[in-house]
Amino acid sequence: MSAVAHAHDHSHDHDHAHDHEHHHKDTFITKYIFSIDHKMIAKQYLITGIIMGVIGVGMSLLFRMQLAWPEESFKVFSFFLGDNHAPDGVMKNDMYLALVTIHGTIMVFFVLTAGLSGTFSNLLIPLQIGARDMASGFLNMVSYWLFFTSTVIMVSSLFVEAGPASAGWTIYPPLSALPQAIGGSGAGMTLWLTSMAVFIASSLLGSLNYVVTVVNLRTKGMSMTRLPLTIWAFFITAIIGIISFPVLLSAALLLLMDRSFGTSFFLSDIYIAGEVLHYQGGSPVLFEHLFWFLGHPEVYIVILPAMGLVSEIMATNARKPIFGYRAMIMSILAIAFLSTIVWGHHMFMSGMNPFLGSVFTFTTLLIAIPSAVKAFNWITTLWKGNLQMNPAMLFSMGFVSTFITGGLTGIILGDSTLDINVHDTYFVVAHFHLVMGISALYGMFAGIYHWYPRMFGRMINKNLGYVHFWVTTVCAYGVFFPMHFIGLAGLPRRYYTNTNFPLFDDLQNVNVLITLFALVGGAFQLVFLYNFFSSIFFGKRAPQNPWKSTTLEWTAPVEHMHGNWPGEIPHVHRWPYDYNKPGHDEDFVPQNVPMKEGEQQLHH
Amino acid sequence: MTTLLVIVILVLLSIALWQLTKIFDLTQAGKVAQGNSQVANDTDNNIQGYLMFGFLAFIYIFTIYGLIKWGHFVLGTPASAHGAQVDNLMNITWVLIFTVQTITQGLLHWFAFKYRGKEGQKALYFADNDKLEFVWSVIPAVVLAGLILYGLYAWTNIMFVDEDEDVLVVEIYGKQFSWEARYAGEDNVLGKANVRYIEGVNTLGVDLADPHAQDDKVVNELHLPKGKKVLFKIRSQDVLHSVYLPHFRAQMNAVPGMVTQFAFEPIYTTAEMRDMDHMRKKVHDINEIRAKKSAELIAKGQPGLDPYTFDYLLLCNKICGASHYNMQMKVVVDEPEDFKTWLEAKETLVAAVKASQEKPADETADATPMVKDSAKPAAPAADSSAVKKSATQAVKK
Repeated sequence: MSAVAHAHDHSHDHDHAHDHEHHHKDTFITKYIFSIDHKMIAKQYLITGIIMGVIGVGMSLLFRMQLAWPEESFKVFSFFLGDNHAPDGVMKNDMYLALVTIHGTIMVFFVLTAGLSGTFSNLLIPLQIGARDMASGFLNMVSYWLFFTSTVIMVSSLFVEAGPASAGWTIYPPLSALPQAIGGSGAGMTLWLTSMAVFIASSLLGSLNYVVTVVNLRTKGMSMTRLPLTIWAFFITAIIGIISFPVLLSAALLLLMDRSFGTSFFLSDIYIAGEVLHYQGGSPVLFEHLFWFLGHPEVYIVILPAMGLVSEIMATNARKPIFGYRAMIMSILAIAFLSTIVWGHHMFMSGMNPFLGSVFTFTTLLIAIPSAVKAFNWITTLWKGNLQMNPAMLFSMGFVSTFITGGLTGIILGDSTLDINVHDTYFVVAHFHLVMGISALYGMFAGIYHWYPRMFGRMINKNLGYVHFWVTTVCAYGVFFPMHFIGLAGLPRRYYTNTNFPLFDDLQNVNVLITLFALVGGAFQLVFLYNFFSSIFFGKRAPQNPWKSTTLEWTAPVEHMHGNWPGEIPHVHRWPYDYNKPGHDEDFVPQNVPMKEGEQQLHH
Repeated sequence: MTTLLVIVILVLLSIALWQLTKIFDLTQAGKVAQGNSQVANDTDNNIQGYLMFGFLAFIYIFTIYGLIKWGHFVLGTPASAHGAQVDNLMNITWVLIFTVQTITQGLLHWFAFKYRGKEGQKALYFADNDKLEFVWSVIPAVVLAGLILYGLYAWTNIMFVDEDEDVLVVEIYGKQFSWEARYAGEDNVLGKANVRYIEGVNTLGVDLADPHAQDDKVVNELHLPKGKKVLFKIRSQDVLHSVYLPHFRAQMNAVPGMVTQFAFEPIYTTAEMRDMDHMRKKVHDINEIRAKKSAELIAKGQPGLDPYTFDYLLLCNKICGASHYNMQMKVVVDEPEDFKTWLEAKETLVAAVKASQEKPADETADATPMVKDSAKPAAPAADSSAVKKSATQAVKK
C-alpha cells in the first residue's frame, strides 16, 4: 500500500522536484526495503548479488577441492554438505553435480545478470541520461523483489532432502525431467524451475523499464549519440533480454508440464529403472534449441554491460575520449544482433542436422569481428593517454586482457570441425570462464570501485583494491589457463573424479595447481568483501566528482535524494568523452557545460 | 594434511598482505598532505604501471611454461582418417591465436606501462579514425573467412556420409552408466529397435522379428577393423549421453527417441598406437605416477594400482547422472582379419535370446499376452512371443 502511495507521490515530483525533500518523509521501510528510488534499488541488487556471489564462488571452491583430492575427507564438506551428502566428509558424486549445477545457475543468473546488469542499469540509467528516476519506480521495485524471491527459492532448494537440481545449469531433459535418473531432478528441480520463472519475470520487468526510460526520459540535449556507452550497453542488453528470456520461460513451462502432467514435449522412448515410460514423440534437441535461444544471448546479456562499464571507466581514467565511439555503438548493435542467431554452436554435437552446424559456424565466427573491433578500440584508447591507475581502471584493463584471451579460443569452439573434439571438455570450461565469467566479474568489480562513491557517498580503499586486483588477476589466469591443456587432453567436464581413467592420471597435478589458485583467489575475495562493507561505514567522505568524470551522475549531490538533482535537471551540450579537449584548461569538460563560443565538435 | 597446509598458507598470505597494505597506507599518509583521498596519485600510477608491465611478463612466461610443462598432454597423432584434417585446422588456428594473443596483450600492457599517469602529462585527444577502424574490421573478416571456408569444407567431409559408401554399420547404445555395441552382421543393416522391446538378454530392445535383426550381434567391447570406414548409429536408452572417442576426434550425442550418427575410418590398430613414441612416453609417465601412488596406497594397507597399458576408449561426455564420471567402453582397433575372427566368434543376439529362454523354465508362461498394443505402431511378428509379451507388459506399466 505504502509503495503505491509512494509511486503516486513520486510521479508528482517531476513538477516540484526542487521542494521534493521537504514534503515527504521516508520511514525505514520505504527507504531501505520497499524503496522505489533507483539508487536504493541498485544497492539492493548489488548486495543481493554479492551475497549470491559468495555462495556461488564458495561452491566452486568445494568442488575444486574434490577434483584436486578426489574422494578425500574434508571437515568443510561435512560442515557445509552434512552427513547426507558428504558421509564422513567425503563428497558424494550426485552432490558434486548439484554443486556444479547451482554454481553455474547462481553465477550466470543471479550474480552476473542481476548483480551486474541489475545494479548498474538501475544506478546509471537515470543518473547518466538526466532523469529523476526510472519510468516506473514501482515496477522497478517489483522487479527487485521478484529477483529477491527467486534467490530465496533457489537457496531453499539447497535444503531439499534429495538435493538441489543437479542436471547441469543447462538442465537438459530427460536427466532434468526424471527423478529416477538423478535425485536432484525431484523437488530440487521443481524449485529450480519455479525460481527461474520468477527470475525471468523480474528480468523482464526490469528490462522493459530500462528500455522505456532510455527512450523517453533523456534530458534536453541528450541525443542517442550523446549517450555514454554504458547506457547504450544497458539499453541493448535490455532489448536482448526482452527478446530471449520469454523463450526460456516457455522451455521451463514445457519442461514443468513434462515433469508434472505427463506431456511429451522433450521426452520419448525412455526405459529407466526397469520400466518403459509412456513418453512418446518428444525431443530433447527441441529443449536444447529453446534453452540456447536464451542461453547464448544470455552470455551477451552478461558481457555487454561489463563492456559498457569498462568503456566508460577507461575513458575517464585514460583522460582521453573513448576511441571510435560510433564504432563502439555499431559493434554493440552487431554483437546484439548476431548473438541471437548463433545459439546452435552449443549444439554441434547434439544430433541436429550437420547442415545447421555449418550455418551456425558461419554466424558464430562473424561475431568475432565486432568483438575484435571493440578490443582494438579499447587498446587504442590507452595509447597516449594519461592513465590514472585506480582500482577500477586496473579491473578494466584486466577485463580487456581476459576478454581477448578467452575470446580467442572461441574461434576454436565456434568452428564445428574443431568443436568435435573439445566439445564439453575442460577446454570449454576455460574458454567461457575467461571470456564471460572472469571478464564480466572484472567489469562488475570495475563498476563497483568506480561508482562506489556515487552509491555510498564514501570512497573505497584503493590499496585494498590493488591487493584485490592483483591476487585475483594472477589467480584467474592460474585457474583457467592450465584448463586449456587438460581440455585438449580430452578430459570431459562434469566428472566427479578422473581416477577411473588411468589415461588422465598425468593430469592430476594440474588439477591440484588449479585448485590451489582457486582457493587463494577465492580467499582474497574476502579482502574485497571487507573493503566493500567497511567502507560503507568508515570510508572517507567522497567529493562530488572524485574521478573528474564528464558524465551527468557526477553533477548530482553526493547525498542521495529522490529525484537525483535539487532544482532543475541539467541539460546536455556535448558528448560524454570530452577529456583533454584542446582549447580547455581543465582536462575534462562535463556534459552539462555549454559549448564555448566558436568551439568545434572534434569527434565524428 | 594437505588441507591444513593450504589453510595455513592462505592465512599467512593474507596476514602478510594485510600488513603490507597497512604499511603502504602509513607511508602514504606521511608523504602527501591529502594522502588518503583514495584516488590514484603519481606514486600509485608508477607502481601499478610497473606491475602491469610485470604482469605482461607473467602472461608470456606462464604461456611458455604451460607449453613446455603441459604441452605434451594435448592428444597426439589422431587414430582416424579425418583426424589429420581436424588437427591441421586446429594447428592453423593455434598459430593465429598465439600471434594475436602475443601482440594484443603486449600492446595492452605496454601501453598501460608506457602511458601511466604523471602530473602534467597531457593525453592526446584522439577520438576516432575511420581508416584504422576499417583496417581492423577487414583484417579479421578476411582471416575468419579463410578459417570458415576451411572449417566448413572439413565439417562437410566429416559429417555427411554418402548413401552408397561402403561402410561397416555399428550401433552404439548408451544407458546409465554403460555402453553396448551392436554389429549389423552379414547384411550390414541393423534390425529395428525400440526400448519397448527390452527384455532379459535383449538389453538393446532389438525387434527380434525384423529380418535384418537375425544376424545382429551385441557386445560390451567395441572392436573396429583398421582401414574400413565405420558408420556409428547412436541411440540412448534413458537420458542424453555423448559418445566421445577423443583419439579418433569423434563425438556425437546419444539422444533418447532418435538415432544420431557419426562416421570415421580408424587408421592405427591398438598395437600400432601403443607403439608410437608419444604414446610410449605418455604411458611411461603415467606408470611412474601410478607406481608412486600405488606404493602410498599399499603403505596405508589399501590395494595398489595396476600399471596402465594404453587402450582406445569411448567416454560419456554429456552429464547423465551420478556415475557419469565412470561410463566408459574399451575400444580395440584390429587388423581386418583379426576383427573378422573376433566378430565371427560372437554369438548372434537371436541365438543368445533363444539360449536364455531355454535355460530357465518358462516362468512367465502364465502371463496372458495383451492383444491391444496401441503404444507401439509396428507390432513384431509372432515368432517370439516372449519378447512380445514383455514389450506389452512394459507398455502397460
